[in-house]
Amino acid sequence: MADYLPHTSDEVDAMLSFLGLSSLEQLFDHIPAAVRLSQGLELAPGMSEPDVADYFNRLTRANRAQASALTCFAGAGAYDHEVPAVVKMLGSRSEFVTAYTPYQPEVAQGVLQAIFEYQTLISRLSGLPIANASLYDGATALVEALNMAAGATQRSKMVVSTGVHPHWRDVLRTFAAGTGYDIIEVPLRDGLTDWDSVDATGAAAIVASYPNYLGVLEDIGVAKRLSVANDALLVLGADPIAAGVLKTAGQWGADVFVGEGQPFGTPLAFGGPYLGLFACSDEQVRRLPGRIVGETVDSNDRRAFVTTLRAREQDIRRERATSNVCTNQTLMAVTAAIQLGWLGTQGLREVATRSAQGAHYLFEHACQIEGVTPVSSQPFFREFALRVPHRAGEVLRAMCEDGVLGGLSVAELTNGSDGSLEDPSHVVLVAVTERRTREQIDHYVDVLRKVVR
Amino acid sequence: MTAAPGGRAASAPLLGHETEPTMFEMSVPGRSSYQLRTTDVPAVSLDALIPLDHLNSSDVDLVELSERDLVGHFTRLSHRQFSVDLGMYPLGSCTMKYNPKFCDAVAADPGLNSVHPGVPAELCQGWLELLVTLEEKLCAITGMSAATLQPAAGAAGELTGLLLMRAFHSSRGDVRTRVLIPDSAHGTNPASVTLGGYEVTTIPSNERGLVDLAALKAALGPDVAGIMLTNPNTVGLFEEEIVDIAHAVHDVGGLLYYDGANLNAILGAVRPGDMGFDIVHMNLHKTFATPHGGGGPGAGPVAVSKRLEEFLPGPKATRASSGAYEWRRPPRSIGRVHGWHGNAMVLARALAYIDVHGGDGLTRVAQHAVLNANWLRRRLEKTLPAAYDRMCMHECVLTATNLKNSFGVRGLDVAKALLEEGFHSPTVYFPLIVEEALMFEPTETESPQTLEALAQAVERIAQRAHDDPESLHRAPQTTPVSRVDEARAARHLISTEDASSRR
Repeated sequence: MADYLPHTSDEVDAMLSFLGLSSLEQLFDHIPAAVRLSQGLELAPGMSEPDVADYFNRLTRANRAQASALTCFAGAGAYDHEVPAVVKMLGSRSEFVTAYTPYQPEVAQGVLQAIFEYQTLISRLSGLPIANASLYDGATALVEALNMAAGATQRSKMVVSTGVHPHWRDVLRTFAAGTGYDIIEVPLRDGLTDWDSVDATGAAAIVASYPNYLGVLEDIGVAKRLSVANDALLVLGADPIAAGVLKTAGQWGADVFVGEGQPFGTPLAFGGPYLGLFACSDEQVRRLPGRIVGETVDSNDRRAFVTTLRAREQDIRRERATSNVCTNQTLMAVTAAIQLGWLGTQGLREVATRSAQGAHYLFEHACQIEGVTPVSSQPFFREFALRVPHRAGEVLRAMCEDGVLGGLSVAELTNGSDGSLEDPSHVVLVAVTERRTREQIDHYVDVLRKVVR
Repeated sequence: MTAAPGGRAASAPLLGHETEPTMFEMSVPGRSSYQLRTTDVPAVSLDALIPLDHLNSSDVDLVELSERDLVGHFTRLSHRQFSVDLGMYPLGSCTMKYNPKFCDAVAADPGLNSVHPGVPAELCQGWLELLVTLEEKLCAITGMSAATLQPAAGAAGELTGLLLMRAFHSSRGDVRTRVLIPDSAHGTNPASVTLGGYEVTTIPSNERGLVDLAALKAALGPDVAGIMLTNPNTVGLFEEEIVDIAHAVHDVGGLLYYDGANLNAILGAVRPGDMGFDIVHMNLHKTFATPHGGGGPGAGPVAVSKRLEEFLPGPKATRASSGAYEWRRPPRSIGRVHGWHGNAMVLARALAYIDVHGGDGLTRVAQHAVLNANWLRRRLEKTLPAAYDRMCMHECVLTATNLKNSFGVRGLDVAKALLEEGFHSPTVYFPLIVEEALMFEPTETESPQTLEALAQAVERIAQRAHDDPESLHRAPQTTPVSRVDEARAARHLISTEDASSRR
């Protein structure tokens, strides 16, 4: 009999009598009897919070992959970065957590200004002038980028590198069923997109990933030239941590940047809620999906923030809107602004540098193990793919016995969607963050050596 | 009812009035707050690891702040923000009910939130059980057969539902081009229909605020893929002819899509599945009280009837005959609609909420939500009459046309004046079919004293409309900022600090 209802039974009676009713059921009398639930819901009765907590404790014990049991070397868009107490506490302030979309700016300056600061940070990290207030995740941000490209070019052919995260490509195919896009996937060769192998004539977008899902740093200049030659938009999906040391999307000439913002203060959280990063050039601003916050003044000439360019959005433009997005991931965007405020310029560079150093240290030592070889000879940032002598799933399972989450199985990740990778069942994708110590990495190498022997 | 302390405490929140500098304005070169783990990994120069043509020759300039400044900044920003925890938020259609702290605590457990989404199923059995259990309970609540938990918000659920509709028709070699939508629908409906590759046909409402059944029947044909309905609709009224509507749409081979924005009103009273709906999305951040987060994250699971199960997005958590949980792709799956498994932490909160309430508690939730809305409608009938004067569900749409005609005071003025009174505004000018609409959704978690305080605040505003209408055009003045110049924001877009400093 647990709930959060304040009414006493006397109050309920008084309110019913004010309405000329004698029971709560009568409130529903105008619903046709034929469809009314006569027996009530087929759900267990309510439980107290401590009872429900006991149930959840049992559930969580069955999650063997929690951080206290396994050291995480898994990535593929979801990384184990430091999230300090100050970010967790500020990001869980109930004023941010329990607010709605800032439709009444006079009482929503807190969220609006935080989004404005977030947009500024994402604009700088992407090297592009316009960033929106967030989308659901990296994959759905890419869907919106294709919609933008289709709108800008009035074309429907999308040339997508197979280096784009396999799940993201899966999501693109799903939504293309509605928009009718012709998605052409470009295979990888030695970890690099073989752009020459496809005809990009009439493309709306050239879609590349930096690094690509195997961790490889490709020369995005090739994709840029292809987009220019075909008058298509260059859409670049990038690891946002990379912007701490590597060239930004804008520097590579991208028209649209999308990214998975999870590394900015969000826990692994079994995949969500994460944060879809989206930035673009000035030319595309009228086609921007979702919300954007702008600076203005109030009637007393004080600085104020407000959601703007609203005429693009679904509640006004309806079937001609640039997107159907309404609720986005604002709380994650606010958290990202706090995390980036904590990291600052130097901190982001440091996180990126240490992640790259740890990854190269692990790569070098792992490749000395007999039977373990790199999948690609190309440069990488903080993630790489290794070919192992046994099935990747078995290797990873065995490593867990020694407390190491050794990475992800590429075969499971791609579900057969990457025909260009030879024998993916023996490939492990490994990621390193600034949280991994030399001792942990050395242990990884020892365990891998033992497992593949 | 008296506007007792409990009621007043739920209004007149204290908000910060001083303008807060941006974090960039606060930045001082040389300050920092980050602290990282000592790793002892060899600090090899990046030049030796990564080719120069990939390296950025300069740093991306972010900010340089002390931790103390960071905390001060975001705490002061939070003081400039209205929230459910601070006061009543009767924003119609948004179901801004109290969000139990217990559910947040559940989601903060590292046993859930430190799990990587890509690990093999045997390492995350607890998570898979949670997902399967939530799916079963959502199906019990809606009367459906199976559900996907992947969609990250209501609009994502809508588009997922339309793609399911498309896959269903295509699988039968059936080409259909139109989807029907009432003129009172949320804007996300038509926007989703376009992205689903269909054309919108708008169905007018009748004088009772309900779907005009004759117009609906006239619009039906073999080219209709389905209809999207919100029930109760956005006017807060139950579509009483739903059984006839369902028959008519099914008779031409169309499907019925249930927009779950207003599911809170009918928990335990009536189920979409029993009304004849084939596809149902739920907004967990509304009905199941997961916090709105200032505009997300939400979660928009989609439940379907038996004949649509095989098309659901995958992979999907499933209980195998062995009792273990595994990922399975439905045989004719439309594919993924999210990068991983959906907004998992939101799903965990929703399950905790459902478990605390149980079937009996959820039924009371709807009853009290409908009780509060009807009490408020009746209480305000002389000040702001209802657009449709009869029993409503969880929200009531009132109209300010009398104030507009008599004193030139518009619905927006009333909404802004309520902010001065310490209440969040209702939804204004929606649905589009009601003139000077003010849509109040009190939710079940507000006490009668708070409702009375809100009613008295509305009455004071009506009195001001009579005495000093000009003052209402200038409202609000006691909030952190007064009415903002939205036209200027759109005319000269300044969406970053850099655009601002270029001016």
